[in-house]
Amino acid sequence: MRLKELVKKIRSKNAGPFLLTIDIFCSDKKNFKTIIQNITKIAISKLYKIPKNQINIFPMKQLNIIKITIPRPNIQGSSKDRDLHGASFGIILEELKINNALINK
Amino acid sequence: MYIKVLVPTGALGITYSKKALNNGLKEKPDIIVVDGGSTDSGPAYLGKGKSKYSRSSTKSEWRTLMVAREKLKIPLLIGSAGTCGTDKSVDWFFEITKELARELNQKIKITLLKCSQSKKDINKAFLSKNLFPLSNAPKISSKKIINCTNIVGLAGVEQITEAINTKADIIICGRSTDASLIASLPIMNGVDKAVAWHAGKIGECGAFCTTNPKSGVILISFKKNGFFIKPVSNNTKVTPYTVSAHMVYENSNPFTLIEPGGCLDVKKAIYKKQKDGSVYVTGANWVQDYNYKIKLEGTHVVGYQSISMVLIRDESYVKNINKWSKQVKNKVKEIIENSLSLKKKSYEIQFRFIGKNATLGSLERKNLEPNEIGVLVIVTAKKQYECEEISKILNPLLLHHSIYKNRELPTFSFPLSPPSFKIGKKYEFCLNHVMSLQNPMDIFKLEKYSI
Repeated sequence: MRLKELVKKIRSKNAGPFLLTIDIFCSDKKNFKTIIQNITKIAISKLYKIPKNQINIFPMKQLNIIKITIPRPNIQGSSKDRDLHGASFGIILEELKINNALINK
Repeated sequence: MYIKVLVPTGALGITYSKKALNNGLKEKPDIIVVDGGSTDSGPAYLGKGKSKYSRSSTKSEWRTLMVAREKLKIPLLIGSAGTCGTDKSVDWFFEITKELARELNQKIKITLLKCSQSKKDINKAFLSKNLFPLSNAPKISSKKIINCTNIVGLAGVEQITEAINTKADIIICGRSTDASLIASLPIMNGVDKAVAWHAGKIGECGAFCTTNPKSGVILISFKKNGFFIKPVSNNTKVTPYTVSAHMVYENSNPFTLIEPGGCLDVKKAIYKKQKDGSVYVTGANWVQDYNYKIKLEGTHVVGYQSISMVLIRDESYVKNINKWSKQVKNKVKEIIENSLSLKKKSYEIQFRFIGKNATLGSLERKNLEPNEIGVLVIVTAKKQYECEEISKILNPLLLHHSIYKNRELPTFSFPLSPPSFKIGKKYEFCLNHVMSLQNPMDIFKLEKYSI
């Protein structure tokens, strides 16, 4: 299944002009536990073509939210930038395939 | 004693519920606080020193708040006036305020907090190693600083406190951090700094921390060691979840927030539902900086731009769009070299395929065949004249270029006339640095007026 079908919402926003922050809102504790296993720096690095050491993942257990902060693919509003508000970059993560074996656990 | 801060909306210009505002006013707030800006809409506003929102909608929303202030005789405070918070946009906002004061027959005292910075002074700070890059800051140089079109310093609680202390009815601040607008009056009245800053972050977007973000208005009541968040619009609730989840919003780290003068840490914060429907928040920590620092934002011009738009509906060209655009690009380069004698590195032509992968570019993973493709061609060069020349050289190719030999030339669709448009200066953000100050007011100015 795609991550999009498993969680409540994925939101991508600018965190200033140089960083992008993506929040995954999980539906409950069990859901959070499943999803967090799949949100690895390796997976994010492949999807966003960014070195692993520039990726920060914040699991927020109490809120069932996973926050991922990465450098923007291009600085906001620079000539190569495609999305000023950075809101479409979450779609890349929505398409992440999650291992079915894990979901049914 | 409670200090009450009324926040009518996350940003002046995006509208709010007037009914909710009236409910909020009944709670007798001590101040009305509204944010007027952000960098979130791109570098061009700071680049030009102009507002994102229309003058008329700004005036109409500001009018309602000025009327509310007059009724309650409490201060009305706006931060980051005119989107980017330069001196020019503060003056623009001041003009609107004066017009309204005349129309509403109000006699008022106004204080302006000016945040624009002199390039010379910022360069001096750079040369004396007093500028420190924040994470992912681009490399800077004296040349870049001197070439900035605008630089602003972000005001915090210290500068806004000075402005509130002038006892003005209306305080118009240039670029300020969102949270400091809410935090200032409570801190002036003895509320714990961690509590005030935490409330500042939670309340910065108005009703975004409630179940109904569109309603706009929230009321924050402060005790010395905690604060209550209360929605004031009907059918709107706050829960420990909606309140605490706002720490995540547009923040690179959900547990800490770097602000002028220190850092807020909310790892141990406690959010408790109250019987009256509000949420009570305690437990944040404030770590004061040893050296007082403020953040700078700056923009510079990296060139000029023109754009063209052509629609491709022919199936065989939709299928071969990459081949077509490559051929167009190569042909154009050849013509430019021969006729305009521009070096390859001094200009850039980008093709964006709307309907295919214009949003995500090389990060797009889907590969579905669209019916049609909108080709947005972006030309960037050192001079506007060059952009227009290149766009005109592009035009016949965008209209007729064929990827086949011995076939009639195709004709593609231009949706507009003229088919290419001048964008003008291309601005980029170039500063993401902090600067330490001996005195917080060293690089900020107050102006006082009675009208």
